[in-house]
Amino acid sequence: MGSVTATVAPPTGAHVTPWFRTFGAIAAAGFRRHATYRQAAVAGLFTNTVFGFLRCYIFLAATGAAGTVAGYDRAQLATFVWAGQGLLAVIAIWGWTDLADRIRTGEVAADLLRPVHPVTSYLATDLGRAGFAALARLVPPLVIGPFFFAVYVPRHWATVPLFLLSVLLAVVVCFGCRYLVNATAYWLQDVRGPMILWTLGSGVLAGLYFPLGFLPGPLETVLRYATPFPSILQVPLDVLVEREPMSTGLALVGVQAAWVVALLALCRLVQRRAERRLVVQGG
Amino acid sequence: MAERDSAPRVAERDSAPGAAELRAYRALLGAQARSQAAYRTSFVVDLVGNVGATVFDVVTVLVIFGVTRELGGFTLRETLVVVGLSACGFATADLLVGNIERLPRYVRTGLFDAVLVRPLGALPQLLLMDLPLRKLSRAVFGLAVLLFALVSAGIDWTPGRVALAVVAPLAAVVFFASVFVLTATVSFYWVDSGELANSVTYGGRDFTSYPVTVYGGWFRALFAYGMGFAFVSYHPALALLGRADPLGLPPWAGWAAPGVAVVAAALAALAWRVGVRHYRSTGS
Repeated sequence: MGSVTATVAPPTGAHVTPWFRTFGAIAAAGFRRHATYRQAAVAGLFTNTVFGFLRCYIFLAATGAAGTVAGYDRAQLATFVWAGQGLLAVIAIWGWTDLADRIRTGEVAADLLRPVHPVTSYLATDLGRAGFAALARLVPPLVIGPFFFAVYVPRHWATVPLFLLSVLLAVVVCFGCRYLVNATAYWLQDVRGPMILWTLGSGVLAGLYFPLGFLPGPLETVLRYATPFPSILQVPLDVLVEREPMSTGLALVGVQAAWVVALLALCRLVQRRAERRLVVQGG
Repeated sequence: MAERDSAPRVAERDSAPGAAELRAYRALLGAQARSQAAYRTSFVVDLVGNVGATVFDVVTVLVIFGVTRELGGFTLRETLVVVGLSACGFATADLLVGNIERLPRYVRTGLFDAVLVRPLGALPQLLLMDLPLRKLSRAVFGLAVLLFALVSAGIDWTPGRVALAVVAPLAAVVFFASVFVLTATVSFYWVDSGELANSVTYGGRDFTSYPVTVYGGWFRALFAYGMGFAFVSYHPALALLGRADPLGLPPWAGWAAPGVAVVAAALAALAWRVGVRHYRSTGS
């Protein structure tokens, strides 16, 4: 058998409607697939709640007498923590190895034969998954938190739509990072090393272990604009608690959008390079 | 492995392990060590990656102290003793029994059946079948943090405190090991419990990394005294530092650590036995 270019050319204008229909169908399938793991969602929610209490108490203790720390007051910190625990599942920061597993087993060959670009189809599945997670994992912590802590309610009406847009972009940025980490399997077969680096780096640099504002100012600025990590967690949370004026919030969402474009382009580039060297055994 | 029994038997055993059993366990451990060291690069990456998790736990504490001078009434040096006890205890317990958190998978896939029909204890087998030697780096780092904290905290050393400094980390190891086993038994009843166990194991690690004065309300009462996590690091640290408990418990509370650990171990042993007896195979 000769070599085939499995990835089809991007559809042109006339095919836009079917393209959206396909994307929507894949996303809906992703939603349904994850909606079946209801018990796991409940267990995860319980864990998020425990960590919500832990982190909330710890960060609140850091505010001391002044009642503020790193530009957050106590209510903003509480919202930051509880919304953050919910967002963890929406962006699915850890544990996604679907692509790496399929590359290792050779099942990825089936993905390459489909008339949808693998980056597109995996992204659609991931957005469907995130949609279910937003309902099952993001909403409950936002409801539970206020029962036990004074939380911050956004003052500006535009904050809520901006937050939702920021979450959507965060999901795609996180997906792009995870896709790249998984795609190292095309070269390495065993992705344990890159996966460990990602797990360690993302938790700290995204603002999960502590708000990045706790770091010295210049360091936070570098992380925000020069790395994609804050864009997957810290930025939506900062937007939600209105840590900075609306204009800064808009700028940060713009940075997220730039990362979306850059990462998805990089994913496609990596995918194309990988397809040239991929050898799948068997028939 | 010597086939001493041909008939399947219930795994828990009342007698002390004999010489033949110890040989079998040693063979399992040796096989593990050899297989893990076979892929040397992977092993080194794992060693480095595993120490990273505990390093970041300590870094988090340092970063938080970068924005505040004291946390719950404790300085950085004092808090580091709490962190050291917690990190050392958790990392060592994680090395020894942490892999029990894979039990849900063993139950779901039916691998647990294979474990039960062998003439060895089920729990030691599960632990030795996959002893994660890569977590050694983490345990060593935890110990280093504890030693550094003990040296830099300016402790007024007495024979009693020296003894406590040795006993408290060991009690912490036993306590966390018990927590790992206890939470894993949930999967005998609820296979899809997923990350539920993490809330108590990793949650307990985070809880014990800070003075309990940081927490409040029923949450503190539940974790600190209901589940006993206050006796893992907070009360021993108070006794070592010679500080009175702001929450009013007497100074000897630090010495309760071994007792609490023994109670936890007994509960875990009981829960494990009941759980194994409750286990229903998923079929072949």
